[in-house]
Amino acid sequence: MSDTSKDSEQPAKPSRLRDPAFRALIFQILATAAVVAFFIYIVRNTLHNMELRGISTGFDFLDRASGFAILQSLVPYSEASSYGRTFIVGLLNTILVSALGIFFATLIGFLVGVLRLSKNWLVNKLAMIYIELFRNIPLLLQILFWYFAIAFNLPSPRQSLSMGDAFFLNNRGMYLPAPQFGEGFWMTGLAIVAAIVGAILLVRWSRQRFEATGQTFPTLYVSLGLLIGLPLIVFLASGAPLHWELPELKGFNFKGGLTVIPELFALTLALSIYTAAFIAETVRSGIQAVSHGQTEAASALGLSHARTLRLVVIPQAMRVIIPPLTSQYLNLTKNSSLAVAIGYPDLVAVFSGTTLNQTGQAVEIIAITMAVYLSLSLGISLFMNWYNAKMALRER
Amino acid sequence: MTIKKITVMTATAVAGMMFMGSAQAGATFDAVKKKGFVQCGVTTGLPGFSAPDEKGNWTGIDVDTCRAVAAAMFGDATKVNFKPLNAKERFTALQSGEIDILSRNTTWTYTRDTSLGLNFAGVNYYDGQGFMVSKKLGVKSALELSGAAICIQAGTTTELNLADYFRANKMEYTAITYDTSEETIKGFEAGRCDVLTSDQSQLYGLRTKLPDPASAVVLPEVISKEPLGPVVRQGDDEWFNLVKWSLFAQLNAEELGVTSKNVDQMLKSADPSIKRLVGGEAGFGKFLGLDDKWAYYIVKQVGNYGEMFERNVGQGSPLQISRGLNALWNKGGIQYAPPVR
Ligand SMILES: N[C@@H](CCC(=O)N[C@@H](CS)C(=O)NCC(=O)O)C(=O)O
Repeated sequence: MSDTSKDSEQPAKPSRLRDPAFRALIFQILATAAVVAFFIYIVRNTLHNMELRGISTGFDFLDRASGFAILQSLVPYSEASSYGRTFIVGLLNTILVSALGIFFATLIGFLVGVLRLSKNWLVNKLAMIYIELFRNIPLLLQILFWYFAIAFNLPSPRQSLSMGDAFFLNNRGMYLPAPQFGEGFWMTGLAIVAAIVGAILLVRWSRQRFEATGQTFPTLYVSLGLLIGLPLIVFLASGAPLHWELPELKGFNFKGGLTVIPELFALTLALSIYTAAFIAETVRSGIQAVSHGQTEAASALGLSHARTLRLVVIPQAMRVIIPPLTSQYLNLTKNSSLAVAIGYPDLVAVFSGTTLNQTGQAVEIIAITMAVYLSLSLGISLFMNWYNAKMALRER
Repeated sequence: MTIKKITVMTATAVAGMMFMGSAQAGATFDAVKKKGFVQCGVTTGLPGFSAPDEKGNWTGIDVDTCRAVAAAMFGDATKVNFKPLNAKERFTALQSGEIDILSRNTTWTYTRDTSLGLNFAGVNYYDGQGFMVSKKLGVKSALELSGAAICIQAGTTTELNLADYFRANKMEYTAITYDTSEETIKGFEAGRCDVLTSDQSQLYGLRTKLPDPASAVVLPEVISKEPLGPVVRQGDDEWFNLVKWSLFAQLNAEELGVTSKNVDQMLKSADPSIKRLVGGEAGFGKFLGLDDKWAYYIVKQVGNYGEMFERNVGQGSPLQISRGLNALWNKGGIQYAPPVR
């Protein structure tokens, strides 16, 4: 007769305090309460002490006019906008440079990683030099190097390098024609969406057909044709409602058109090149982790080299690559805060830099900034975890 | 880099605020006395105001302002530790207690004085914002600057004045905002911007850092009031008084003709004002919690205000700035100190 059996002859039921599960629950509640109480105490004490020392607190400052200019903004912004707006501007600039960085770092990283495995001695060694060089020089130095290399080596606006009368390059940035969408351009937009949906359906259909019948279909060419052809036809049929605004030299600088500021260019370049070196190593190790037997089996089945890579090696390598790739994306996003060094107006430079300094509300602003980086990082992590789960080995 | 620094400082500040009881009177004064030196926040290097010389000694008018406090307190002007700060870090460093005085060409403004928990202890340099342009642009006035790209430093009054000025004159501009003066001047040198704007005195200082200082000109317009001076934390009046009167002592010394050269003879002076200043009046130092000869040490070791000015930014320096507003009130300027009595 064991202690735990529900025996009616057992007279005294053991007290609930003896129950380990119940006790654990009690302790957890107590611990949580203590932590919460501690935080409440700290926050209240901090606020009280700040008030005693005459330091203003609270979030009212977010509505006050900022009074300073920001070099690059994806949303309308002027000196009359609020401090809250500076937060949005900084945040979008951070997201922009991180997204560009992640895109290019992935591209370069995969390329170099694959080249690193090349049987060609020269290619292989060049990839190795790339990796060892860029991975081992501090990122800050690389950012400063690219920035001042650009600024010092390009001509001034009046001596700009130009292509046609549309593209200009000088030490103030790259100036491109800006698209001006006319009336009726929405039809072209609709056509683009339709073409994308069509291409996705096509891929699905061809894959199902392949699994059912083993017949292949030239998906790539057909969907490319769809993606380019359909919008083009609609665009022309609706009377080509698009013209280009050209940049023009007025006074000291170029006006009009699209500007890519050198700060954005240098920062994206440095972040991509640096992070790509790490991604390349991840990719190399991922590919090498796929056992050679798999490749041999694939060729024994008669798969071509390209097919082997696409259908056998890469899907398995991805499982090894994705987790460390995620940390590289997180690093890149956080490293983008080095922007301050060259005056790129990211969140740290604008919001926890100038705004903090002009308002003096360090505690609030740093708290918001940390929350933003945490959310960005968690967002990337969540996405990559989802992708990882999708790519994970499915036992059939 | 900077985010880390700011975060660490903020964390220290917050940690301080979290557990500290209320600030007690005299806390900084006593702490400085006990540790035996003054911790002074300066720039990362701005010629004339605070910059290390070839031998690594800090020099400049802001540096001397801190040295004067050390001289008064310890009878030894060398008992100062300098902490380089950029514009953005400076107030947090003072709030968190990392430094005892902020002496870093800091403009006295309403917001800073009232909302940061800080006090301005005086004005050691009356300045105003100006513009520097490359000579080859041929610009003669700031009003010709519409459309220009302008290099500035983050976290300064400069940023705000610039926006106001261009808006008031209906001109456009692009601001390129750097973190330190080093980058700002480099951006200007590289041609990233057409104009560099800052407090006018600092323009002369920064210009000396250009490979060819004569290639840039400072425009005549002054677009703001920039009274620069030492700052302390609120809540310690003893310390506040000491910093305030160290500067006043230098101004009074100049007014009374007491210099580092003649201060020893002045000890025997019959003039009662001079006697009170150099410590001839027994018990006068007690009010500051100091030796009677506190002001004597300042003048002997650091010099009077005029000496400090000429040595660092005036005729004895590469900046060659004339006294202008910074002349004494009875010499056509606005430097005026309450009397020592
Ligand atoms: N007086 C102004 C400007 C002060 C300021 O930081 N000026 C720059 C001039 S570019 C400077 O001194 N930088 C030196 C440094 O960052 O170390 C203020 O208090 O906001």
